[in-house]
Amino acid sequence: MNHVSDIFIDPEPIKLDCGDALHYQLSYETYGTLNANKTNAILIFHALTGDQYVASINPVTKKAGWWTNMVGAGLPIDTDKYFIICANVLGGCLGSTGPASTNPDSGEIYGLNFPIITISDMVRAQVRLIDHFNIDILFSVIGGSMGGMLVLEFAANYKNRLLCAIPIATGSRHSSQNIAFHEVGRQAVMADPNWHGGNYHNHDEQPSKGLAVARMAAHITYMSDQSLHEKFGRNLQDRDSVSFGFDADFQIESYLRHQGMSFVDRFDANSYLYLTRAMDYFDLAAQFDDNLMAAFAGTNIRFCLISFTSDWLFPPEESKLIAQALNRVAANVSYVEVNSPKGHDAFLLDEPEMFSAVTGFLASTAHKHAICDEGSK
Amino acid sequence: MSYNSQRFDLLLLADMIAENSRVLDIGCGDGTLLKLLSENKNADARGLELNQAGVNACVAEGLSVMQGNADTDLAFYPDDAFDYVILSKTIQATKRPDLVLKEMLRIGKHAIVSFPNFGQWRVITSLAFKSQMPVTKNLDYTWYETPNVHFCTIKDFNNLCGELDIKVVDTTILNEQNQKLKIPSWLGLDNLFGHQAIFLLTKN
Repeated sequence: MNHVSDIFIDPEPIKLDCGDALHYQLSYETYGTLNANKTNAILIFHALTGDQYVASINPVTKKAGWWTNMVGAGLPIDTDKYFIICANVLGGCLGSTGPASTNPDSGEIYGLNFPIITISDMVRAQVRLIDHFNIDILFSVIGGSMGGMLVLEFAANYKNRLLCAIPIATGSRHSSQNIAFHEVGRQAVMADPNWHGGNYHNHDEQPSKGLAVARMAAHITYMSDQSLHEKFGRNLQDRDSVSFGFDADFQIESYLRHQGMSFVDRFDANSYLYLTRAMDYFDLAAQFDDNLMAAFAGTNIRFCLISFTSDWLFPPEESKLIAQALNRVAANVSYVEVNSPKGHDAFLLDEPEMFSAVTGFLASTAHKHAICDEGSK
Repeated sequence: MSYNSQRFDLLLLADMIAENSRVLDIGCGDGTLLKLLSENKNADARGLELNQAGVNACVAEGLSVMQGNADTDLAFYPDDAFDYVILSKTIQATKRPDLVLKEMLRIGKHAIVSFPNFGQWRVITSLAFKSQMPVTKNLDYTWYETPNVHFCTIKDFNNLCGELDIKVVDTTILNEQNQKLKIPSWLGLDNLFGHQAIFLLTKN
């Protein structure tokens, strides 16, 4: 598989929703080969704490890509057929410009001087990346969770620049409950004395404890009650009886502590604040006078929405709302609800019905537009 | 019912549809008709299916299908979104066939409805001579577990179309082998010998 890591430095600043103009770069990976007519490109958007290493080793964690069961040779998003682009989002912390980057004007790390970024801004930056590749029309745009929000934003505002879209385990807006969980996480970071008002880089410290707690709380929302129960139950960790203290007696506690601790090694705390804020601000209908169907009016994009029954962060009802809005404008929409006990995280896991839906949907769309036939090999 | 005879029934439906049409198949099942229409008629074919497992299987086959219910979910489509809206062997399972028909002709220029004829002689004789609710090839449920709650005869359906001011463009009557009934319709025996009817409808 042809695989490239690169950085796109935009010569022009980007105009942000908050009013600022920002000079930025995007760090990205590509897999496969762009065909001569540039018709086989798929843009994948990562989730909140994801990255551009969708199918290659993350250089920080040394772990395999986060979607190696979905993206690769002969897999649903087939690198033998398609040219896949995945960029670290604007505001991220793995090579793209974010709060941990250096402000060219002051020569100092941005910290909280970094402007507030929205989902629209992230998409706007990646459209410039697509322009950089001279790709007029993407074959598909795919993503889960925050990545799904980016898919919806892209499909609503760049209608003529893609053929099909797969928003997975997502919603057209962040719900009150979701904002609430994010706020708990942000407050945990800010309550850590090592955060120093966002200025921790200058103190050579990390608000690791706060960020770990934020991750622990968030991680609970990625799993279902059933999956937690099946995985851990009330099992004790390395002991036969409770300690009558506050050690990690239970396996679930030990597991969450591990999730929190390993997260702080790979993620910038301020970036976490900015990206969660971007998700909170997302409300696609609000851009269209609170009318979600107007976001899709006149669209020729083919949609495949996928949700998971036990996902309580982005429950199936959220996907249904989007599907109904698409129906109201007679758009070509499929909606797959996968029966899974694995909660929100299911979109990253082994879910055969999701894989076969993505495979069938992409193959039939490619066939209709004669894209497979002129393949990239 | 053999695969071929089932296929023939769908081929007849497909024959009623012009090339390059926008089609919605309500109760699309495993998507056989959608596939036929996409491949043979270059249709923009969409499906609505009650059973989510069926929906997922259709999407895996590359078809555009949503989970939904004929009684409640047609409301989500705009006026004249389709050239044809198909309801194949499903109307008898809807709560309000009259409202479903109206909705079909709101969202589509044409409606195609096929249904098992409850006026057929086997059904009548079962009721008349066995004093039992009929269980036939087309109606193979016992009375207490059947999803089919609104049976009608061909005559009933014609009357309903009249009441709703719906124009019947074409009627095809099938026998038990799913072949076109060979008895001339002027004899008025369709209702007695027709096993299944396919109606092509439009707004008056």
